[in-house]
Amino acid sequence: MKNKNVIQVENLSKLFGGFAAVNNISFYVKAGEIFGFLGANGAGKTTAMKILIGISSPTSGKVTVAGFDVYKETESIKKNIGYMSQKFALYDDLTVKENITFFGGIYGLSKKQIEQKQHELVGELGLQEVVNSLVGSLPLGWKQKLAFSVSLLHDPKIIFLDEPTGGVDPITRRQFWEMIYKAAHNGTTIFVTTHYMDEAEYCDRVSIMVNGKIEALDTPKKLKEHYKTNTMNDVFLKLARG
Amino acid sequence: MSITISNISKFYGKITALSDISFDVKSGELFGLIGPDGAGKTTLFRILTTLLIADKGQATVAGYDVLEEYKSIRNSVGYMPGRFSLYQDLTVEENLNFFATIFGTTIEENYDLIKDIYVQIEPFKTRRAGKLSGGMKQKLALSCALIHKPKVLFLDEPTTGVDPVSRKEFWKMLKRLQEKGITILVSTPYMDEAALCDRIALIQDGKILEIDTPRAIVNHFPKSLYNIRTNDMYGLIESLTNYEHTYSIFPFGEFVHYTDKRDTMDIKSLKAYLKSQGLTNIHIEKTQPTIEDTFMELAK
Repeated sequence: MKNKNVIQVENLSKLFGGFAAVNNISFYVKAGEIFGFLGANGAGKTTAMKILIGISSPTSGKVTVAGFDVYKETESIKKNIGYMSQKFALYDDLTVKENITFFGGIYGLSKKQIEQKQHELVGELGLQEVVNSLVGSLPLGWKQKLAFSVSLLHDPKIIFLDEPTGGVDPITRRQFWEMIYKAAHNGTTIFVTTHYMDEAEYCDRVSIMVNGKIEALDTPKKLKEHYKTNTMNDVFLKLARG
Repeated sequence: MSITISNISKFYGKITALSDISFDVKSGELFGLIGPDGAGKTTLFRILTTLLIADKGQATVAGYDVLEEYKSIRNSVGYMPGRFSLYQDLTVEENLNFFATIFGTTIEENYDLIKDIYVQIEPFKTRRAGKLSGGMKQKLALSCALIHKPKVLFLDEPTTGVDPVSRKEFWKMLKRLQEKGITILVSTPYMDEAALCDRIALIQDGKILEIDTPRAIVNHFPKSLYNIRTNDMYGLIESLTNYEHTYSIFPFGEFVHYTDKRDTMDIKSLKAYLKSQGLTNIHIEKTQPTIEDTFMELAK
């Protein structure tokens, strides 16, 4: 059972009218892996991700996430994953403490567990001073780090990160990745999208989507060798316009 | 000088958005304002485009004072805000026509200037702006900002959230506009774009950290910088964090960028230390700092 694939995608398609936003893609993600899901704007990343997190149904194909079927068991999927996006992560008009309590409650944690998690999390992030401040008043970098920790409250098997570091300053961006490494080190599977190609290098494996299809999937090292380039940025530039 | 900024400060209640900012942008220059969200970039753009009044300091744009001569500035500059601000329910062509008319010109009169950009969206000219893809919206917004042939162009984070291929194309367009004599002030959170500017200002928390050419800024990096790679990235970061001689470590693509506290770095002993931490395939080499390294050093 060890090294089981926590995400298994076979021949997944999603059509909008006659347009195939996701066009017959297949891949898997191993437990504990940091998997980079890359592609140009409009390549179909968000559509595919929505299916994986159980909020959109595929047109065809077989997909399981954390062992659950994306057609029939979406509620079980949601309980076993964490999700964080650049666009929405926390409630700005709730305090740090209230956000933790709220999301802990949503994830079904007991009062005692929430208190313990809150204590740990505030300590690790050094947020003691602002625990009763509105999240909206915090710098973006702090917010993103807090959002990441909150999405891990219920110890999910997999965490989905949708451009988690957009616009964040370079130091915080790296601290954020250190948190990702730590989570992966502790056994959480990481599924991440980003437009920063240096971050693609931090992933164990990377897929690149072009016009609804996965055009490349391998370790950053092998992709660079295969496309005879020195950086993931160049790999991306070679592929992304087909 | 195309833009002069002298001792500009702006406060929102207790928050200092801009703190005593001064710099100039030369005529025909492509000048980059580089910094993360919340650094004060948008506030500065809004002051220079006369949409916001500074609490302290003076500024001129295209020779006009931002307070006394704001109307002349508005006729001389193009402004592309960070957020898409065209009329979503007008078509591509209607939007462009609207902005041309507002400025007392026509699409035909200045078509030359926008041609390169506009031809790419012209096939969709009867489509409503709200229905365009992100990349096309960006091209339309740039066309609208250029239609009155401005002397100075302000672009506030035009490439945020845009994929690397589209970003590259966008910067090519900027270079062509610069060749046509337009002064450009552009902001971005992407440090790799800084290298494409003539000069840049690094900005964080409302303060300018440094202003110079990208090359000079990189040359100011005060320490020797090393690339380090091992079999295990997480283990490497942990080990270096606990190493007594570590001055700074930052993950950088497949490497960690490392600087040492000592004047002369002892690669052998560092290798031995990493080995003792259980790491294998240890690779250490000297490397050139980037703008991002410099930014992080200054922002520390």
